[in-house]
Amino acid sequence: MAHTSSPSRSRRLTAGLRSFAGLALTLGATFLGLLLVTFVIARVVPIDPVLSIVGERATTEQYNAVREALGLDQPLWRQFLIYVGDAVTGDLGTSLRTREPIAEEIARYFPATLELASIATIFGVLVGVPAGILAATRPGTWVDQLVRLVGLAGYSMPVFWLGLMGLLLFYGILGWVGGPGRLDAGFEMMFEFDVTRATGMILIDTALAGRWDMFANALSHIVLPAGVLGYYSMAYISRMTRSFMMNELSQEYITTARVKGMPEWRVIWIHALKNVMVPLITVIALSYANLLEGSVLTETVFAWPGLGLYITNALFAADMPAVLGGTIVVGAVFVGLNMFSDLLYRLVDPRAR
Amino acid sequence: MGQITSWLRDPNPASRLQARIGQYYLGWLRLSRNPLAMIGLTIVLSLLVMAAFAPLFATHDPIAQDLGQRLLPPGTPGHWLGTDDFGRDLWTRIVYGARITLYIVALVALTAPLFGLIVGTVAGYFGGWLDQVLMRITDIFLAFPKLILALALVAVLGPGVENAVLAIALTSWPPYARVARAETLTVRNADYIAAVRLQGAGALRIIWGYVMPMCLPSVIIRVTLDMAGVILTAAGLGFLGLGVQPPLPEWGLMISSGRKFLFEQWWVATIPGLAIFIVSLGFNLLGDGLRDVLDPRSSGK
Repeated sequence: MAHTSSPSRSRRLTAGLRSFAGLALTLGATFLGLLLVTFVIARVVPIDPVLSIVGERATTEQYNAVREALGLDQPLWRQFLIYVGDAVTGDLGTSLRTREPIAEEIARYFPATLELASIATIFGVLVGVPAGILAATRPGTWVDQLVRLVGLAGYSMPVFWLGLMGLLLFYGILGWVGGPGRLDAGFEMMFEFDVTRATGMILIDTALAGRWDMFANALSHIVLPAGVLGYYSMAYISRMTRSFMMNELSQEYITTARVKGMPEWRVIWIHALKNVMVPLITVIALSYANLLEGSVLTETVFAWPGLGLYITNALFAADMPAVLGGTIVVGAVFVGLNMFSDLLYRLVDPRAR
Repeated sequence: MGQITSWLRDPNPASRLQARIGQYYLGWLRLSRNPLAMIGLTIVLSLLVMAAFAPLFATHDPIAQDLGQRLLPPGTPGHWLGTDDFGRDLWTRIVYGARITLYIVALVALTAPLFGLIVGTVAGYFGGWLDQVLMRITDIFLAFPKLILALALVAVLGPGVENAVLAIALTSWPPYARVARAETLTVRNADYIAAVRLQGAGALRIIWGYVMPMCLPSVIIRVTLDMAGVILTAAGLGFLGLGVQPPLPEWGLMISSGRKFLFEQWWVATIPGLAIFIVSLGFNLLGDGLRDVLDPRSSGK
């Protein structure tokens, strides 16, 4: 690419600031849109929130008092402003099932999902990136075809079915891993008493408490769900790595490096990989966001006490405030990760500035 | 035969029809050279045939229960894929399930891309503030977690096929709007559009008759590639009990009912999953192949 005249430093800085401000604006608008959608959904629900609090036999005065306390006598736009204000300050309402603040409940469930998605992403990157590079350096060979087929299979399998098949094979038949849940039933009791919930992530908490027997048990339980989720992340990452790498290998600097007599492994794993990492960061962040979403079905299959299970359980109990609270949190994390990857991309790649 | 191919390959077509059919023929030649795409096409066509002639393929009644024949393993005479916990033949239910899957896929494939096309072409053609507003809305929807939003929607609307379709369609139109807008931007200043405008065509006529057809190939590729995702989402909703309701033989729902005795009677949950896997793989392979044929930019990559 021809080198264009570089603009002055201050101009570049303001341009950078403007793109950052634009990004922040988009983030805010998207979050507001998310809240608008959940607000509309909440208002459409044929359940009267007042009635569900005061009960059937409340007097009209009681009913009206609660109605006013909830702000339901205000005009709709006003209600929406209150709703946004509450959500921004971390008040997601009260669960109809447990009568507890939803934000607190979610804070308890969320670490389990985070732990699962993190391990899955690590797995996806560790396997997916090398697989994609191998495929890109040997296009058309059986390695390439294999990577492509394994990836396509990942795109075509329902995650809950793969989870069930994994349980059937590795837990039911082979007995290599733990079953559903985060611990064996025996350890579950001990966990409540012996381990402090410092982070909410079971591997870290048990390690901090020095309970390595419990750690090993937790590991045997997390391997399968994390592996199932990681497979999807791997399918996506390997496919993207392959196409980025193919693109990079056709660049002139690669030819130059080869002509200079640089060993091929160095050309690929150092020179090209460095440039591939730039768009790849975005892909990894996106797949992480997708895993948070994919965890809804996985957690249901593995009885994993995370946010996904929280949402589905609330759904079956017709606890709409909890469902929508969970939706907002997942949506916010999702939107945030999207924007974060975008920002990272702009920071790392000078061409995108 | 030779005459037909030479007519199809004629470099100087005598009519528009011949030119167009010739183009399709060349595309088909390229597609048929890709073995994986042909496998995909075969799978999708088989699904169509199976759904259309379900009563011919089925060996039993998909709904009627026969408790004397409960949970027979695959390979039992008369029930080659086995039976479920109500004694219903799994093969029959898979065959009839193809109808439900196709019904959902077809409804989503008709509604979401059409809506996306309208939004994208209008935004791209008019530009300015309308473009800004429409694309912001699209971005907002694009940034949502699809499955979670679909869950919340179905939770409000109530479970059922139509509501599941509505939820999936509402969450899957934004990519089509993006694609359509990008295509519109490349053609809106083309000479042929200017010519139509000089002849006095209004914006509506130009968009509908001259811009949208140009967007169709890219949108069709995306639709084919997205179909697998639609099938998986629909199955996921069914699995959670939010989509198609029992006793209908929806594949995701069948997996969910087999979950209770996964370790004793594995086939009840396994076989419908295989059906979903094969069908989504078919759509993915076909979509991949179509992209190589229809989209010159990605060919050779």
